[in-house]
Amino acid sequence: MLPQTDYVKASSVAHALDMLHQYGTGAAILAGGTDLIVDMRERRREPTMLVDISSVEELAEIDVGTGNIRIGAGVTVAGLAGSAIVQHQLPLVTEVTRHFADYLTRNRATIGGNLANASPGADLVPPLLALNASVVLATAQGERTVDLNDFLVGPRRTLLLWNELVRAIHIPTPVPRGQAYEKLGLRTGGAIAVVSCAVSMDQAGGECRRVRIGLGAVAPRAFRSSEAEQIMEGHMFSSDIAARAAEAAANSSQPISDVRGSAEYRHAMVRALVERALHAAYERSSEPQE
Amino acid sequence: MGERIVQINLNGRSVRLKAAPNETLLNVLRQKASATEVKSGCERGDCGACAVIVDGRAVNSCLTLAVQTDGATVTTVRGLGTPEHPHPLQEAFIRLGAAQCGICIPGVLVSLSAFLAERPDASRSEIREAVAGNLCRCTGYQKFVDAAEESRIMEGLE
Repeated sequence: MLPQTDYVKASSVAHALDMLHQYGTGAAILAGGTDLIVDMRERRREPTMLVDISSVEELAEIDVGTGNIRIGAGVTVAGLAGSAIVQHQLPLVTEVTRHFADYLTRNRATIGGNLANASPGADLVPPLLALNASVVLATAQGERTVDLNDFLVGPRRTLLLWNELVRAIHIPTPVPRGQAYEKLGLRTGGAIAVVSCAVSMDQAGGECRRVRIGLGAVAPRAFRSSEAEQIMEGHMFSSDIAARAAEAAANSSQPISDVRGSAEYRHAMVRALVERALHAAYERSSEPQE
Repeated sequence: MGERIVQINLNGRSVRLKAAPNETLLNVLRQKASATEVKSGCERGDCGACAVIVDGRAVNSCLTLAVQTDGATVTTVRGLGTPEHPHPLQEAFIRLGAAQCGICIPGVLVSLSAFLAERPDASRSEIREAVAGNLCRCTGYQKFVDAAEESRIMEGLE
């Protein structure tokens, strides 16, 4: 049994914000429900009002704007996987959708929910960090935009205020062509990440530019390893420099030991995955522009 | 917190059900619509036994609130075919003996039928991936995939 609650189906972003304002901290936003309903069943969350945004059409759009790609917070993982814009410009995101939970969950889970839930192992976060994404929050006063890196505060904690709603995700364009993703789980299907890593980069004549390295499941929150990025940035790519950056990435992580792996194992796997992803991203960055 | 009226099209028939906001689609289907073909497993979105198709999308009914589905079209395994006219997938499962203990089969058939409708040209490995969210502890996945491939051939012959 789920705890007793009340329910309203929001018809628009404005309506959802009204409901949040009216019901205060007892209200919870319901999108795909793949995290919230589980939390409610296990009594980790007991909202007195569920504000269902799953039928709000303005949250389900993916648009190419000036200088960015805007992904509505209500776009499902299946929606991301099927989007031609995402496939063409954000292959990193298309790749992660293949490793995200399972088919049934992908049909419901949303990009906004994956960010707002702020699990340290949230699959979409390292790729979005590597793509330098920012989060657009809807507030009663309008919108405010924050860097994803700032939005995430800690495990299950974000900058989102009680009367705000994740509205969209902005990814600045042009997007680096070199994109790579590595996820280590305990099995192939439906796995929770032991370590996940995403890299994006450009290059000019072999010199690495705009290198971004996002890491998940190896610290209280997903983060960018600026130490590793700085080792690569502006330097000629080589196996040696990739190995050094990977080592720095491992040293910048703060893994814990849990049922999925020990801290030592995670540390070693960060090094291996980052090295692999750096090589793959660099090779893709060499591909000619279409 | 009171009960709401939820009107759904369940397997081609319009039904009106009463549901409180905290009732899942799974429980309402089983307890109020006699749809016991929808199985209850983990009730936390891990096992896929409760999968149903809501407006064309296969989802875990344990993570869907009944009140969210007001106005929706819901298809359970019973809505895929009848004993006289089984769905090609159901026919292939019977022919290949793809069902063992049976508890996961309603969810497996729901996932595979929705997936093949979306992706009729899916590869064998993509078909395997599509049932990754349906746990079968008889470990019968090989035959699920065989049956899914066979059903496409049968469908082509119809």
